[in-house]
Amino acid sequence: MPTFYGTEVQNPLLLGTAQYPSPAILADAVHQAEVDVVTVSLRRESGNDRAGQDFWKLIQDLNVKVLPNTAGCHSVKEAVTTAHMAREIFGTPWIKLEVIGEEDTLQPNVFELVEAAHILTEDGFQVFPYTTEDLIVAGKLLDAGCEVIMPWGAPIGSGRGLENITALKTMRAHLPDVPLVVDAGIGLPSHAAQAMELGFDAVLLNTAVAKAGDPAQMAKAFSSAVASGRDAYNAGPMEPRDMASPSTPVMGKAFLS
Amino acid sequence: MTEHVSIVGAGVAGLTTATELVARGVSVTIYEKSEIIGAHACSRYAGGMLAPWCERESAEEEVVTLGKGAADWWSEHTDLVVRNGSLVVAQGRDRNELKRFAGRTSNFKDINSEQIAELEPDLAGRFQLGLHFEEEAHLDPRKAIAELTSSLKEKGVTFELGSSVNPKLLSGDVIDTRGFAAQSDLETLRGVKGEMLLLHCPDVVLHRPIRMLHPRIPLYIVPRGDGLFMVGATMIESAERGRITARSMLELLGSAYALHPAFGEAEIIEMGVDVRPAYPDNLPRVTRNGNIISINGLYRHGFLLSPAMAQQAADMIAKTNTYGEVQHAHHA
Repeated sequence: MPTFYGTEVQNPLLLGTAQYPSPAILADAVHQAEVDVVTVSLRRESGNDRAGQDFWKLIQDLNVKVLPNTAGCHSVKEAVTTAHMAREIFGTPWIKLEVIGEEDTLQPNVFELVEAAHILTEDGFQVFPYTTEDLIVAGKLLDAGCEVIMPWGAPIGSGRGLENITALKTMRAHLPDVPLVVDAGIGLPSHAAQAMELGFDAVLLNTAVAKAGDPAQMAKAFSSAVASGRDAYNAGPMEPRDMASPSTPVMGKAFLS
Repeated sequence: MTEHVSIVGAGVAGLTTATELVARGVSVTIYEKSEIIGAHACSRYAGGMLAPWCERESAEEEVVTLGKGAADWWSEHTDLVVRNGSLVVAQGRDRNELKRFAGRTSNFKDINSEQIAELEPDLAGRFQLGLHFEEEAHLDPRKAIAELTSSLKEKGVTFELGSSVNPKLLSGDVIDTRGFAAQSDLETLRGVKGEMLLLHCPDVVLHRPIRMLHPRIPLYIVPRGDGLFMVGATMIESAERGRITARSMLELLGSAYALHPAFGEAEIIEMGVDVRPAYPDNLPRVTRNGNIISINGLYRHGFLLSPAMAQQAADMIAKTNTYGEVQHAHHA
């Protein structure tokens, strides 16, 4: 089971809470898929006087661990302010740090991300940075005090799956002891299973479940997929090879090359 | 049979309920905290779309079953219903959003760019594919509130304006339609913030509500006639009633401009913000607690679902439960 900052999590499927048809359907998805950790945004909902509290209370009533996020923040300053508010509201040092760099692809601004991660870890936060698959950036985030790295699979909401598998494998190989979470871009349970088969510790997604025809059923499908992927990784998957390797003996048959 | 009922709140829920009660021979007094009817009701900022099939995209089936009679109800009680259907489009790069929308909804026709041009000549050449929901309708919410009010006055309904009464202090049958203001009495009610714009743009003529899909910023534009358009609406999990953000306006105006560049030269007539009262399942409820019947949680479906809720409440009062089927569709 993945452990983030000393806290063990039972289900490696982490779920976002935005865009569901209703909070009741969100709750249903979380419960049916036995999700342990949900992430929730605050930037836009808080207004001037934390007017999002009705929804946040519904999230707290789910009785799962809350990973507040800084979605919608475009600068270090915004992200840091939002993180402080999140810590007060949800009483957790956890923060999913997201600093958006580009409006169209929603890709992270990794420079500001590293800067914000420094500030927040020094301030006692336990930062879950949403980043790209870039290994150098991951190193800088670790230097900044992050103990989890969350590379994207593909742009947020795109549902394209793992677009750069080689880079994700490289990251896993270079950082064997760091909890790694694929965050964003997952469209299908097979994408999530694939991330787990590569040895990632968890998968974080939102749109694929929230916008499914039946969000609760899709959440369950993702939950089984990450469990299968993790089992497969732990079981030691075979290495692919170029030639067929029959599982029945071929001794005594003509050998044609 | 009850002879007199007090209604607290003169928004769309209060006025539709009064209309149903008067039709059943009940005398009605309406208490409204504002001095002017509609001034502080969130229905003031409604889109006025009577679009149950489109709404199904992000709502449960009950919104269709409860809402499909709404256009008839409003036609019966006002002269404002325009039955031109709704048109759903998406820009080329968001074409998959159109597929998703079609997969979640029913009662529409797939149309191509020529058919879009026939329906809305001003959108000719702008979209390759669309969905036409022919049976849907729309109305002007502010005019509808005014028409219901004046016909209720004609029928002898008393309006106590500027009167912030607590429903619990009224005797006899009381219907509480205060919307979000009733939050302290309705534990699970929350507010969902919505911001809208009213634009004047005589360069564009549209005949029906247009929904332009986008993964993050879905937009609707409802023509109000005389070159006026209602552009909406944001959906933010927040109970903040009084702050319109630059980002929201940027998004709405950007989308309107993407629908048709002539909106770039539109005059901004009004910006509005309020919160929609919603229960956790985003479906409305009629509930009874002693002598008080509460209608609330109309969410983004005030004009669409208030007729069905009004009928349920009026039946509850009249104790002739002829809409039992509808009523049982609700889990309290």
